[in-house]
Order: sequence, then C-alpha cells, then structure tokens
Amino acid sequence: MIAGFAALALILAACGGGEDPATDEAPAPGEESSEGGSDGESQSGSIEIDGSSTVGPLTDAIAEEYASVQPDVIVNLGISGTGGGFERFCETGDIQISNASRPIAEDEVALCEENGIEYTEVRVGTDALTMVTSIDTDFVTCLTTEEIVSIWGPDGVSSWDQVNPEFPAEPLQVFAPGVDSGTYDFFNEVILEPSEIESPRQDFSASEDDNVIAQGVIGTPGSWGFFGFAYYQETQDQVRAIEFDGGEGCVAPSVETAQDDSYLLSRPLFIYVRNDALGEPLVADFVTYYLETVNDVIEDVGYVPATDDELAEAAATVEDAIAAAG
Amino acid sequence: MSQARTGGGPLTASRPRHGERAVLALLWLCAAVSVVTTVGIVIVLFGEAASMFRIPGVSVIEFFTDTAWRPFTDPSSEQFRIGVLPLLNSTLLITALAMLVAIPLGLGSAVYLSEYAPPRVRKTIKPALETLAGIPTVVLGFFALTFMTPLLRSVFGAENVPIFNAASAGIVVGILIVPTIASIAEDAMTAVPRMLREGAYGLGASKRHVALRVVFPAALSGIVAAVILGFGRAIGETLIVSLAAGNLPPADLPAVNPFQQVQTMTAYIVQAVGGESPRGSVTFQAIFAVGALLFVVTFAMNLLAQRFVRRFREEY
Amino acid sequence: MAISSPAKLSRQANDDLRSSPGRTAKESATHAVLLVSTAIAIAVLVVLAVDILSDGAGRLNLDFFTSYVSRFPEETGIRAGITGTLSLMVLVAITTFPLGVGAALYLEEFAPRNRFTRLLEVNINNLAGVPSVIYGLLGLSVFVYVIGFGRALISGGLTLTLLVLPIVIVSAREALRSVPREIRAGGLALGATPLQVAARQTLPAAMPGVLTGMILSLSRAIGETAPILVAGAIAFRRADNEPWHPFEAFTAIPIHIFDFVKRPQAEFQVEVAAAAIIVLMVLLLVMNSAAIVLRNRYSRI
Repeated sequence: MIAGFAALALILAACGGGEDPATDEAPAPGEESSEGGSDGESQSGSIEIDGSSTVGPLTDAIAEEYASVQPDVIVNLGISGTGGGFERFCETGDIQISNASRPIAEDEVALCEENGIEYTEVRVGTDALTMVTSIDTDFVTCLTTEEIVSIWGPDGVSSWDQVNPEFPAEPLQVFAPGVDSGTYDFFNEVILEPSEIESPRQDFSASEDDNVIAQGVIGTPGSWGFFGFAYYQETQDQVRAIEFDGGEGCVAPSVETAQDDSYLLSRPLFIYVRNDALGEPLVADFVTYYLETVNDVIEDVGYVPATDDELAEAAATVEDAIAAAG
Repeated sequence: MSQARTGGGPLTASRPRHGERAVLALLWLCAAVSVVTTVGIVIVLFGEAASMFRIPGVSVIEFFTDTAWRPFTDPSSEQFRIGVLPLLNSTLLITALAMLVAIPLGLGSAVYLSEYAPPRVRKTIKPALETLAGIPTVVLGFFALTFMTPLLRSVFGAENVPIFNAASAGIVVGILIVPTIASIAEDAMTAVPRMLREGAYGLGASKRHVALRVVFPAALSGIVAAVILGFGRAIGETLIVSLAAGNLPPADLPAVNPFQQVQTMTAYIVQAVGGESPRGSVTFQAIFAVGALLFVVTFAMNLLAQRFVRRFREEY
Repeated sequence: MAISSPAKLSRQANDDLRSSPGRTAKESATHAVLLVSTAIAIAVLVVLAVDILSDGAGRLNLDFFTSYVSRFPEETGIRAGITGTLSLMVLVAITTFPLGVGAALYLEEFAPRNRFTRLLEVNINNLAGVPSVIYGLLGLSVFVYVIGFGRALISGGLTLTLLVLPIVIVSAREALRSVPREIRAGGLALGATPLQVAARQTLPAAMPGVLTGMILSLSRAIGETAPILVAGAIAFRRADNEPWHPFEAFTAIPIHIFDFVKRPQAEFQVEVAAAAIIVLMVLLLVMNSAAIVLRNRYSRI
C-alpha cells in the first residue's frame, strides 16, 4: 500500500511538469513548430475545437481528411453544444475554433468582448430542418406557418382536425428536440417569433437524440416531429417529409431548395475562429483547408453544401483575417 | 517487522511504534478522502443551487411545492414553473419498478449460486454476472427503446403504451442492477461460516431451510448492503431513463401509471448539461438544485437503510 | 438480537425435519424458483450479448483498432477510445486500490467506535449511492476548473476514482468483516500489533472479496459515460504522439459508443456501435479473468 502511494506520487510528480492547461487569459494551447508556413508546409501541434453537435461531425470529417495531409497534427474536438462551445471560446479561452449551428448570440458577443477575444465568423454549410410524420399519415403533405403554430404553439392541439378542418380527427403526437438544443431554438425563431409567441407547447415528447425522435415518429401514426436534414436523409423510407409553406407556397426540403433559399427552414452552419489563432500557421492552414475541402465531405455527413458564392466569401474573409493577424 | 515482545503486561497489543503510527495516520487519511468528497459535493451542489434561488422570480417554496417543471423561460414569464415534484415522482416511480424486478431476480440468483449451484455452474455464472455488470448504460438505454418498448406495446397494446414510458426504462434499470445485487449478496452468503450450515444439516434440515432460514438471515447485513447499493444505482441511473422514459415531466401528480412518459431528476440533469443554456441561467443552475435534492434523497434512504442493517446484524 | 424465538425455530425445524409429502414438493419448488430467477437474469443479458455480437462481429477487423473515427462507417475505428479507456483504467486502479483498501482497513480494524467513525461510515455508504452524473459535475468544478487540470485525462480519471471509491470501500469492508475473528485473535495472542495482524493476516485473508470489489468498481468505471462526458471527455481525437498523456485531452470507448448511437446513419447506430461494445466487453472479460486468477491464487480458506 505504501508502494501504491509512492507510485502515485512519482507519477504525479513526473507528469507535473506537463502542459499548463487553460486559465482565464487566452493562451494558445499546444506547441507549434513550423514558422511562417502556408499550405504545403508540414505542420505539427494541436488544435482545440468544441461546440455544436450538429457541426461537430462535419469538422471531424475535415479533420479526418486533414490527417492524411498533415499527420503530425492533433485535433481535439468536443461536442458540448453551441452554447458550451461559445462559453469555452469566449470565457475560458481554451479553444481556438467554435462550431456553431446558429449565429453567435448577443450575450456571447459581449462575453468575448469582455475577455478581449476577437473572432471571425465563417459559414461552412447549411442544414435544412425537416418536419416529418409517420409514413401512414398520408393526409398531410404541406403545412403553413399558422398550421404549425397550432401544432407547436403554447395552445398546441391534440387532434389533426383542429389543425386543418380538412384533416381527419386523428390524434396528434409531437416529437421534437429538447428545449435546450440549437435546433429547437432555431425552429422557434422561424415559426413562433414572427407571431411574437414566446415558447411552444410544453407537453411534447422531447429528446436530445434525433434518432430517438425518429423512432418516435416512425412508430406513432399521427405523429409530427422535426430534426436535422441528415437524420431525414437516413430515414427517408420510414418517414414522410412535410413541405413548408412560409407564405410563398409549399416547398420541400432538399439540397437545391436549401441552397437557393426557397426552403425557409434552412439554417446556416458556422465555425468561429479566434483571430489571434489565425496568426498561427497551424490554425490558418487548417481553416483554409477546411474551406477548400468542406464541399467534398459535407454530403457524406448529411448536410447541404454552402453555395460556391458563400464559400468564396467565407474564404476571402478568412484570408483577410489571416493577413491581419500577421 | 520482527520484534520480540517485552515480558509482562496483559496480552493486548503493544503501543504502536512510530512507523506504525504514521501508517495508521495514512489509513485515516484514506478514510478522510470520503469526507472531503462529500464536502466538495455539498459545496458545489448547494452553492450553485443557492445562486439559482437568488435569481428574482425563483422561490424555494415553489421549488418544493409546485407541481409543474418548466424552467426554460424567463422567471418573470407566465410559462415559467419551477416545481420539482414531477421529477421526484418520476424518479421514484422508475426506481420502484426497477426494484420490483431486481430484488427477486437478484436475491434469487444469489441464493441459488451460494446454496444450490454445483461448483462448476457457480464458477461460470459468477464471473459472467460480474462481467455483465459492466454493460454500458447507453447500450441498455437503446435496448429499452428498441426491444423492451415494442415488447410492452405488443403485450399491453400499442394504444396503452406510449413510445416513451416509465415501464420500459424501469424494467431495464432493474435488469441493470441485478448483477450488482446478486454479486454482493452472494458474497455475503458464501461468507457465512460453513459451521452454521453443517450444524443445520446435521439436525436434518432441508436445503431450503438452510438456505432461507439459516444462511439468508445470517448474511442479512450484506444482503441489505447489496440492496442499498442496487437502490442507489437505480435512483441515479441516467442514460437508460433519458433514452427510454422520455423528457416530459408528468402533469397529473401523483403519477403511478407505469405506461406514461416521465422525466426523472437525472434525465433533466443530462438534458440541461448537454444543452445550450449558458451557466448562470435558471435552466442550467437548476441542474445543481435538482442534483442537491437527489443527493439529499439518497442520503435519507441510506440513513434509513443503515439503521435497519444495524438492527439485524449478527456477529460471529 | 435473535431473528426468531427458540420456540418458533424449533417449530420450524420440526416442520422441516418431519418427512412429509409436502416437503419434497417445497424443496423442488424452491429450487426451481431460484434456478429460474438466475436463469432469467442471465437469459436477458445473454439475449443482449447475442444481439450485440451478431450486429457487431462483422465490423471487427484490425482496422477497427488502428483507425480513428471517420464519417464513413466502414472506415471508422476506435483507436483513440481504446488508449483512453486503458489509460483511465490504469489511473483509476492505482488510485483506488490504496485509497480504498486503506480506508476499509482503517474503518474495519482501527477506528474507535465513536460518533465520528459512525459519521464516516454513513458518509461512505451514502457516497456509494450518489448518481454518477453528480460526480461528473464535481469533477468539472474541482479538477477541471479549480485545480486547473483542464479537460485532461487526469480530470476524467480522478472523477472516476471518486465515483468508484465508495464501492471499493464498502465491499472491501464486507470482505474484511467476513474474515473470522479467530484469525485476528490468534495473531494478537502471538504478540503481533493490530497493524501487523491487519496487514499480514486479515487483509490477505480478505483479498478475494477485496478483489471482487475492485473488479466490480472497474467494471462500473469502464462503462460510465455521463461523468467523463461532463468532466471533459471529447468525442473526436486524433493523436499519434503520446495519446495517453495525463494532461492532454482524452476520449474513451463509451464516449465513442454514445457518439455512434447518435449518428443518423443506421450502420453507425447498430453495427459500429455494437463492434465498439464488443471491444469494451472483451476488455472487461480480460480484466475480470485476470482478477479471478489472482483471486484463486490468494484464496486459502
């Protein structure tokens, strides 16, 4: 037992001289070795990324490709959620890149300002939120905003004929992401906020796991739910997508309608990069590579590629930021 | 450490020498780690919970008496409700279901393994049980959703059993803790000295009598310890309930129908921790308030159970 | 305090001693009931095991162990999780064993029977029942932020240590308690100090039970997702240099499983997740077997 203590003490002592983890300033974690590099130079060191669990898999796909080009780079990627990512990004400062499935919020902007962190917003793709119902609920193909409000709003109804008198009187069951998710926030912003409704109904089947929502929708006739496009693509033959009429006609979710902005439930996906991190060759190289490669991998992950214009704009912003950071 | 004893004096241990004192102090420190842990938990949980109650609109009385749980909007809004009773109800419902499954199966297995099973059977099953105690709860959560729920729906009718219900989660949680209860209870029973059994057999007692009326009572302290550990694990189970039982606190209390969607205290913690609410907001700080309540509940259960153990403990 | 009065006992004994037709039936019935309960418990778990094996076995090839996570199910491997889980286990084992056995020894052999000791015991029993996610919150506040290790392997490992320590102590105490009094008395009578008796006689005699407790606690720690998720484990990591470094980011097999199960593609949810589970369970089996061998070597009684 004494030996056990001694061993423990030795190990802790030996490793005590290890990396100094983040404190409240914003040190750049990880060691870099190359100087003044651009693409083509061999990079090493580590990049810390965290944030949205929607964008996470996309960033990881990029990291996967990057590893074959730059095998000495360590990419550490967490999925604490968009809010959690911004907290680490703006407050503790221990990540260089934050994945986000929504634009940065006002209080998060203030937080970054407070801690002297300047950043660049980079749009990397699009997600087309899809409303779904079970496959045998064949009477609903398209819903208007008002109809969705009657399903999802605070006075949510319990039967389809109350949504639209032309629908049969079948019981309505709602499955949706939990109140703490970016998907939920975004949906409410588009559907409820314009009518100045604060929050939706409180009695729906919530889950943080979109697969669980899918299970619920598939197994319940008369169900209604929504989730990210990637999950719709994987369950296409088990659920029925509902078209959205935001005032300009029924539009079905698809890559094309998300890109030409006719599908109004599409949301942009971002990465936010610290400007001082862009001054390091490692991060600059990674972000440039990201934008060059994202459209090759994004459809594998299940989202909608940003249009070429959007990407070019993002690339230009990044280039400027890198130049500014020196 | 050899040292001849000096003569004279009663045959009690000599005063510990300096080296021994140091070792004893070290041992004491080990035990003290547990105190430090508890102090740490209390400070973190109650400290953060207190900061939630300082937010205007959040009242302690409401927390304990209100019957709806909706801490997702601003405290000043009408929708905001911060009553923890629905969560508490859900937790107790699922735990009760779990114990209903786990106690008979767990103790039955323990008695079988310790008194009836031939040594070869015991040698295979016991390690199997120990290994299976390590099945990740996320796996069991999906098992509950994809196997148990459809099973219940076909047995009891799909109109009576919603996709997310307490029964699926409760039963699977029970299955989860069977190895825990069985293993520790079985250890306690095998530890009962052979002499007790042999004495009873010598008097002509049947195996059933020996197992149930001699060994079982003799091992009671260990058995109750096993059940306590199982109970505690059931109350604190997180992933199975959040995947299979749902995230909707019941509206009509007391909720006793197992075939309804519920949200346990732990499911709320997971929902809020992984979610988007920033630290300092009511939604996030409520994690600690719920956590503090969970801590207090388990503490009370344990106190009760330990009293029970002390009453029935047999010494040899 | 007797369980039942002498009169009641002798009545029961007489009932059982008398050979009656009812007795054999009762015997078989009891035997059957107990056998069935064991069988049910095992059967459910076996069904699960078969299900997982059939889903995941196809994915198990060398690449699965040597590749990192990918967006393609066919190319995904859990290399980062394996190093992480192994490192966590080593860390947890070397910290829990001395702390747990030390505490159990103190409480069982040396602690004076006073209120303070009672408090310690109550405290430990209580900690055994605290939900794992709360340990995660504790680990996040203390190890990640206050002490400042950050979201590193050591934060996760120490969080898991705190989580399983009570279980180790409780079962180690049960093991120590089960050592017959005669062994201690004999040692003391021969002139040994209580510490010598504890270290040389009682503890070795209790080793089988202590090891059981260690197995159970490491089994528990190995599959835990919630505490290390909250205390900073990350989902995706590609690190070829020193992947086990205690002060760097970490991941673990359960975190991988959690991630796979949440992905939209069915192949991830079912096959890849199942393959990762198999790896985890095999790891467990190896550990358990090693511990059982150890236990049999120590076992004397």
